[in-house]
Amino acid sequence: MLRFILNRLALVIPTFIGISILSFSFIRLLPGDPVDVLAGERSMSAERRAQLIHAFGLDRPIWQQYLDYLWHALHGDLGSSITDAHPIMGEFLTLFPATVELTLCAMIFATILGVLFGILAAARRGSWVDQLTMGTALVGYSMPIFWWGLLLIIVFAAGLHWVPVSGRISLDYYFKPVTGFMLIDSLLSGQKGAFLSAVQHLILPTIVLGTIPLAVIARQTRSAMLEVLGEDYVRTARSKGLSNFRVIAIHAFRNALIPVVTTIGLQVGVLLTGAILTETIFSWPGIGKWMIDAIGHRDYTVVQGGLLLIAIIVMVVNLIVDVLYALINPRIRTR
Amino acid sequence: MRLLKTLLTASALAAVLVGSAYAKTLVYCSEGSPEGFDPGLYESGTTLDVNIATYEGLLKFKLGTTEVLPALAQSWDISKDGLTYTFHLRHGVKWQTTDYFTPTRDFNADDVVYSFERQMKGTTYLPDSTFAYWGDMSMPDQVAGIKKIDDYTVELTLKTPSAPMLANLAMPFASIVSKEYADKLAASNNMAQMNDQPVGTGPFIFVNYQKDANVRFKANPDWWGGKVKLDNLVFSINTDPTARLQSLKAGECDVMDYPNPSDITSIKSDPNLKIEQEKGLNFGSLMYNTQEKPFDNVEVRKALDMAIDKKALVQAVYQGQGQIASSPLPPTMWSSTDAATKPYPYDPATAKKMLAKAGVKNLTVKIWAMPVSRPYMPDAKRAAEMIQADYAKVGVNATIYTVDWAEYLKDSKPVDRDGAVIMGWTGDNGDPDNFLTPNFGCAAVGGGNRSQWCDKDFDALIKKAAATTDIKERTKLYQQAQAIFHKQDPAVLLAHSIVTMPMAKTVSGYVIDPFGLHHFETVDTSKAGS
Repeated sequence: MLRFILNRLALVIPTFIGISILSFSFIRLLPGDPVDVLAGERSMSAERRAQLIHAFGLDRPIWQQYLDYLWHALHGDLGSSITDAHPIMGEFLTLFPATVELTLCAMIFATILGVLFGILAAARRGSWVDQLTMGTALVGYSMPIFWWGLLLIIVFAAGLHWVPVSGRISLDYYFKPVTGFMLIDSLLSGQKGAFLSAVQHLILPTIVLGTIPLAVIARQTRSAMLEVLGEDYVRTARSKGLSNFRVIAIHAFRNALIPVVTTIGLQVGVLLTGAILTETIFSWPGIGKWMIDAIGHRDYTVVQGGLLLIAIIVMVVNLIVDVLYALINPRIRTR
Repeated sequence: MRLLKTLLTASALAAVLVGSAYAKTLVYCSEGSPEGFDPGLYESGTTLDVNIATYEGLLKFKLGTTEVLPALAQSWDISKDGLTYTFHLRHGVKWQTTDYFTPTRDFNADDVVYSFERQMKGTTYLPDSTFAYWGDMSMPDQVAGIKKIDDYTVELTLKTPSAPMLANLAMPFASIVSKEYADKLAASNNMAQMNDQPVGTGPFIFVNYQKDANVRFKANPDWWGGKVKLDNLVFSINTDPTARLQSLKAGECDVMDYPNPSDITSIKSDPNLKIEQEKGLNFGSLMYNTQEKPFDNVEVRKALDMAIDKKALVQAVYQGQGQIASSPLPPTMWSSTDAATKPYPYDPATAKKMLAKAGVKNLTVKIWAMPVSRPYMPDAKRAAEMIQADYAKVGVNATIYTVDWAEYLKDSKPVDRDGAVIMGWTGDNGDPDNFLTPNFGCAAVGGGNRSQWCDKDFDALIKKAAATTDIKERTKLYQQAQAIFHKQDPAVLLAHSIVTMPMAKTVSGYVIDPFGLHHFETVDTSKAGS
């Protein structure tokens, strides 16, 4: 097991270098630079342009810029934003809890409902339950997030007033963040109604962000369950007279779980991508919105630093999933 | 134990008092996050909005107009040669007291000298940053120095006479910051706080900023302009215009900016909402490259101008929220004239004949449509499609080209650029020079002058006007310049847009700023329970 983990860890180093090169070059490959955006419609004299390019450190050779970035990144310093001059690490740490909170809620929502629908569909294969859940899953998977988010806002927030339109908590509550997680901070604040407000604000973004993973997990669970339900040991369990529930929940589901766990792990990347749009629609102050703004402003340092941090997180999550997978499935670690 | 009890009771009481002070709160749904809180460092309207809540300059614009009024300077004298400005400062102006700073003295000349000198030096206290607006308004070419005469008098000297200088000094980048606060931060090696926790003299005191979520202010009880009507002001950040409108409809905010033009009708029909409108200080245009054939021929340019149905365009693209432009200077600006500059009429038949006469056959024009919505151009793609259809009627084949905004800004500047660019301008300081020089001056060719148009007579007139202080004389010069512009038609002027601010009916006293900034010192709300 230790060897398995070490092998996986060894792969992290080349991946890190690859990501650092990609994140550094990606934003520079786009035409236009931060000074162009800063100037906007305005003219800018060659001297002033040169002065700004120098101030942003963009007049150095590209390899030198990369090595500086890598050297500082390895020391935990990602520099400051070109647009607003704030340190990137600090900004990331401020905004990241909001994204984690939303992503976790969406993950839990998608996993519980996805697994449940998948099992139901598999257990009632070919029935209307199967048709309905899989049909809905297909629609959910094909839904454009932006459209889906606005639709829910218009119906449930602006129309029925059941939930708020945007933000993380009502503006009536004001307290300094302690953990950055609104659900926890609102409880810690001791203000009456704050926690409930935080929960209400989470409902729509969670549904919107969780929809695609829910659909994927539901379909994956269904096919994994169907495969397992056809196995000999399930037939044996049934022939021993075990209840249908016991056969499905204990015998079949545990074995069907292996591919489902991998799917869930892979959905973390999907969730972070989806978070960019979800955060924009719901004014959720997380890293997705921050990155989108930075790309628009050609804020090189924020994009390269932010991408690097996000990639590292996805990498760590995948590593954890690999290890979990090995724990569930002994065949993997002996390979 | 008793002490603890007393303290607890006192803090509970304080909390209640603070709670009761949160009586009138106005929530403004803003379209973006402020980049920072130092008024000298940034240029975007979103950031300037939070700056003007806290900070003030020597001068200010009369709200809703471009007229310059005294602010922290009570009066001023200008020397005969136009090179020395003496400002007499207001007495008894208090610096704001906050959780993080308690001033020991009132505002005085030291603050003014410090505020100007730090921008003149050019280097800021943050890495990778500059005093951007100071540079972009060419202040380094104009300002020679600043000197304290006494505690309440300062003298600003210029390198050359500059008529727009007073207007420049009313802009937010020329706000005055507290020297005492800056010195305190410098002494504790914590200058970066200047950009996170502002201390100004203005109507609102900064309370807190939660990045990308909201900015909170409270009323400044000591403001020299008198206490404002609101107790609290909250900027709630919401980048998507549709979501912003839904927040307004749901009562989560009281005022919003930049609605989608297509939503105006639905806002008007909402019984809880109202719309304030004002003519914007801007123009939207289509800029050909006048150095390339056949656009170097003035007759071709006029024909292409007459081929566009601008009335239909204003209706469809601006949803009627605009007026056809006849001069780059909006009608609300002094010296703007339509006496000699009536818009070219929509006349495709004549346009076709003029093109034939100029020997133009099988012309293909690449129309650049910007990917973003700007105050002067809400939907460039739709505008490009309409122009394309109009051009087809006169036998000109138009293709539409669009790229990401940063690339668009860059690639539309070079002198050898092809096609015609949809581009426009929103005024910075209400001076005609600020419209004509950056967009049509010879020095801006290859830059903001995307028509690449350099007319010696026009350029001489605007240069002369910028160095003249007499407003009557300047008006005359600008009117002559506008007549040349009209005759040469270097760009199709499409429209001046109307700025629209949707808000709850409970909001009163909101005045639309021609520069597109948002001021709340005159605003009141009657919202129940707010």
